Amino acid sequence: MTEQANNETPMIRLRDVHKRFGPKVVLDGLSLDVPKGQSVVVIGGSGTGKSVMLKCILGLLRPEQGLIEVDGENVLQMNAGEREQVLRKFGMLFQGAALFDSLPVWENVAFGLISAHNMKRSAAREIAIEKLAQVGLAPEVGNLSPAELSGGMQKRVGLARAIATDPEIIFFDEPTTGLDPIMADVINNLIVDSVKNLGATTLSITHDMASARKIADRIAMIYKGRIIWDGPVDQIDNSGNEYVDQFIHGRAEGPITMELRR
Amino acid sequence: MRWNFLALIGRVSLSFLAAVGRVALFTATAIRHSLTPRWYLRHIARQMMAIGYYSLPVIGLTAFFTGAVLALQIYIGSARFNAESAVATIVVIGITRELGPVIGGLMVAGRVSAAMAAELGTMRVTEQIDALVTLSTNPFKYLVAPRLIAAVITLPALILVADIIGVMGGYAVGTGKLNFNYAIYLKNTFQFLETMDVISGLVKAAVFGFLIALMGCYHGFNSTGGAQGVGRATTNAVVSASILILVTNYLVTELFFAK
Ligand SMILES: Nc1ncnc2c1ncn2[C@@H]1O[C@H](COP(=O)(O)OP(=O)(O)O)[C@@H](O)[C@H]1O
Ligand SMILES: [Mg+2]
Repeated sequence: MTEQANNETPMIRLRDVHKRFGPKVVLDGLSLDVPKGQSVVVIGGSGTGKSVMLKCILGLLRPEQGLIEVDGENVLQMNAGEREQVLRKFGMLFQGAALFDSLPVWENVAFGLISAHNMKRSAAREIAIEKLAQVGLAPEVGNLSPAELSGGMQKRVGLARAIATDPEIIFFDEPTTGLDPIMADVINNLIVDSVKNLGATTLSITHDMASARKIADRIAMIYKGRIIWDGPVDQIDNSGNEYVDQFIHGRAEGPITMELRR
Repeated sequence: MRWNFLALIGRVSLSFLAAVGRVALFTATAIRHSLTPRWYLRHIARQMMAIGYYSLPVIGLTAFFTGAVLALQIYIGSARFNAESAVATIVVIGITRELGPVIGGLMVAGRVSAAMAAELGTMRVTEQIDALVTLSTNPFKYLVAPRLIAAVITLPALILVADIIGVMGGYAVGTGKLNFNYAIYLKNTFQFLETMDVISGLVKAAVFGFLIALMGCYHGFNSTGGAQGVGRATTNAVVSASILILVTNYLVTELFFAK
């Protein structure tokens, strides 16, 4: 299984990606492969550039240097039209949900179906209600405005929107942050199901090790703008990497030092 | 010390040129997406309501009092050389050529540029604009083009209403306070009015509508840094739209003046 996966072109390939904001270096030669049909989870401290990495792949940010391939195609050299085509393969859950507050919840979920796939509003609405049910939200929620929802509910609507078009590749930016443990597990199952049932490739970001262990085929750890460890999920406990050990056990002492001023 | 000063001038000029370049690029992209399909008609209609219909009370009040005060001031001036009969004519020309479009444009800039900058700015900082892109929707087509199109269409209509109400303000003062005869005031209003007076004002209105929407969208689109950034974008949108209105007002007037 893994041998086979290694021979195929990965769904997403990042090589030596550099991204900075002014003098602040965020990605510093990051390289990562996401094999087709697998679920890769990236772990790492806050502010280490995890969200920036996803935005570079989606073309929302432009790296200064490096290679980014989606299904073997270099996305950094594409024009706007080609990019839009590639983006149709993607679903994205933003860290802050990023729901459109001018639209009711159901229209948020149905947005990709209506605008990119030209589906009739009534048909798209039915699918939206179905997807809302999958994330544990009642049909009535569909008529509310996003501002009327709690943070956790917004996150779930964002998730429903990300999976609504049954995309080939789905990014989840901290899918379980802000959810209670039971709902977090429901969401974990949903992510696992999207990979198993839809054959999607997923790249997730999380701080939640329970969630990472449940949804990941592979785990990668980001530190100071690079991937410092990458391996199958069952090797995370014997990674032999002090940084990984410190992170998964949540210890304040270790090679990773928080920049605190006392 | 002297070099520091020169360096400062250099830095300021460079950042000014960079800003001009950014605005020019944004304008070109916005125009291209406004002129090519697809058009989000539902959004255009919604923006026309927001810009036109909901501005009516503000526009009506300002136009009425502008026309009224104009009649008073012109009466004072023209009485000095026994030309009181010119009041109605000067009021209507002043309103249609100049005060209707400019004061109306400035009022709408305050309302609409600010609202657009705040809405798009919030969408930017909460990543809703990024989300649009990931849903294969071009934010220029979906957000900017409908606002530009709606503003360019709506402002002339709005200013036409302002012209009419402004003339009514002059009429109210002229007949109510200055004792003009009703029929004569109306006759003087229309006798020397030329089509070009009204048309030039409405052309100005369309240009101002473009500037108002452009500045609202530009500053909203490029806002950074959370709630504070959105506040800054809102202020900058209103200030820059107002200044651009006054500057282009002169340029357009000169263009029509030559004719
Ligand atoms: N648009 C931006 N402009 C400037 N700095 C940014 C921007 N986006 C992210 N950053 C900076 O990049 C760093 C990494 O951010 P991010 O990827 O969001 O972290 P995380 O790993 O928690 O998701 C942070 O220090 C953040 O301040
Ligand atoms: Mg993040």
